[in-house]
Amino acid sequence: MNRISPLAFLTESRAALVTLGLLVAAAAIVPVLNLMVPVGSPFHVPTWMVTLLGKYLTYALLALSVDLIWGFCGILSLGHGAFFALGGYAMGMYLMRQIGERGVYKHPVLPDFIVFLNWKDLPWYWHGFDIFPVALLMVILVPGALAFAFGWFAFHSRVTGVYLSIITQALTFALMLAFFRNDMGFGGNNGLTDFKDMLGFNLQADGTRVALFVASAVALAAGYVVCRFIVASRLGRVLIAIRDAESRTRFLGYRVEHYMLFVFVVSAVLAGVAGALYVPQVGIINPSEFSPANSIEIVIWVAVGGRGSLHGAILGAILVNYAKTYFTGALPEAWLYVLGGLFIVVTLFLPKGIVGSIPAFAARDFSLFGHRFGSAKTGARP
Amino acid sequence: MSPAAHAPLAGAIAHQPTAALHAQPARKDTILYLDGVSVSFDGFRVLNDLSLYVLAGGLRAIIGPNGAGKTTMMDVITGKTKPDAGEIYFDGNIDLIALDETHIANLGIGRKFQKPTVFENHTVFENLELALKGGRDAFASLFFRLGGEQRARIGEVLETVALADRRFRIAGDLSHGQKQWLEIGMLLMQDPELMLIDEPVAGMTDAETEETASLLKEIAKTRSVVVVEHDMDFIRALDCRVTVLHEGSVLAEGSLDAVQANERVVEVYLGR
Repeated sequence: MNRISPLAFLTESRAALVTLGLLVAAAAIVPVLNLMVPVGSPFHVPTWMVTLLGKYLTYALLALSVDLIWGFCGILSLGHGAFFALGGYAMGMYLMRQIGERGVYKHPVLPDFIVFLNWKDLPWYWHGFDIFPVALLMVILVPGALAFAFGWFAFHSRVTGVYLSIITQALTFALMLAFFRNDMGFGGNNGLTDFKDMLGFNLQADGTRVALFVASAVALAAGYVVCRFIVASRLGRVLIAIRDAESRTRFLGYRVEHYMLFVFVVSAVLAGVAGALYVPQVGIINPSEFSPANSIEIVIWVAVGGRGSLHGAILGAILVNYAKTYFTGALPEAWLYVLGGLFIVVTLFLPKGIVGSIPAFAARDFSLFGHRFGSAKTGARP
Repeated sequence: MSPAAHAPLAGAIAHQPTAALHAQPARKDTILYLDGVSVSFDGFRVLNDLSLYVLAGGLRAIIGPNGAGKTTMMDVITGKTKPDAGEIYFDGNIDLIALDETHIANLGIGRKFQKPTVFENHTVFENLELALKGGRDAFASLFFRLGGEQRARIGEVLETVALADRRFRIAGDLSHGQKQWLEIGMLLMQDPELMLIDEPVAGMTDAETEETASLLKEIAKTRSVVVVEHDMDFIRALDCRVTVLHEGSVLAEGSLDAVQANERVVEVYLGR
């Protein structure tokens, strides 16, 4: 077993190599096609499309985070949009602080909505957000801490299944209501917007847009590697054991709630990072990101792509969102019916999603469950 | 069956079926000690002042009609259900009442469920690896690598439960009997001091039943095994002390011949 390379969890899976290869290729080619190919050329990728693709990649990271807990540990969160939104708000707060005197009220420190509320000082929780590393830390810490607190109580009280799903839904709904309130100090209904620049770079500039796209691709690739490492480890095999037979796992002596808590926190952090990359690209974060419907949509992406398959979640998020972009442009009133129909079709005819329904992929896909990796690899095997 | 042919496990009380029913051994000599345990569900007493003492080492069979409380008894021992009253001790001095399933499992009590419960999406090998003793910490499991000795142990157990040629099969594809054996194999990997085995031969052929009996007798040479079963031929093959449960308490205890001759047992099994 000394011969197993530390990177075997990636190199042993064709799906992992293809996924990472495509992400690297996208991160390399899209910037060239946008910045170096002249605007008139048929190969030119316009900046709006770069941003759109970047947005899809952040959604893909969000889908990955839901797949990690739902596909591999059976925790169906219908409130994961909350962690995404919290990461987004942390980044939004940084971007608001960067506006400085360029706001409508020209106040050097206070963002517009705070001046408008007639508050004289910055609320305590806005301090430090003008420093980028602090904001980044909060992007990770806030969703992580909420997930830890929530998961601690839920998993120790053995709230599982449909009850857990309902509570996660209530969590995001409660946060939405809270963030709608003006005196919460997060811009109320309007949220945070009118961002000017990030780390000194104009957010409207092509270069910044491309850089955000590349950052999204890198974050997605890193998130994929983290998830892949987890599911290929013994911990990942315990997660699947919990998903398939929770009480058996307890009787084997595993502290099930610790495993669930670990993976739930990792997942919330990934969702938070996705939100933080989403906000500068779309230019706004408001309480509607907490809406329960958003969280349900994420679950549909994963179900369509293939629950329990990491690349399936990425594929599902990108395909469904591409369809959304298409339909909301071509047939705006039809989109919700399409989405609902898609979910019904997938549930009835493709219970394993797109990836799980393609036989050639399905056979390979078992590698995600660790069958080709680690424990199963013995010298005795031909 | 000659009582003298018995394993040394049961000691003196094995030979006095009638007197032994309420003969209470010293707690320190027991591996499992239940005293006055009661459990009610919605006002119905599933366990009714149940007192059961199992001495360390060897086999014990528990029989009883449906609803006698056999599975609930396993549930209270393993921490799945909390009793309303009574004492439960493991290894003479470890109070199990306040502990949960995980803690109790790690003390060295392994359990096989009535319906064979293996991890259907994992391979046979992975099922055994997950059951491997030790290494239950979540963070440590993230970086866990199987050692050579551990791999050899899994190989041994694969041979014992006759699944060596199926080690890379998905457990969900195994036959019912093979799943039963895999679950017994998982118990062996846990290396518990006490094994609680619920209906191990349900759905097995006669030949498989016979093999299972000899496997359990072999296992019981190095640890204590409590088996719940309905199959009388299997119980006979186990050749051990038998406890009869009825309506949540012990009705009779002794050799199989003695309990089968017991009028009250006959009454309960055949109906009044």
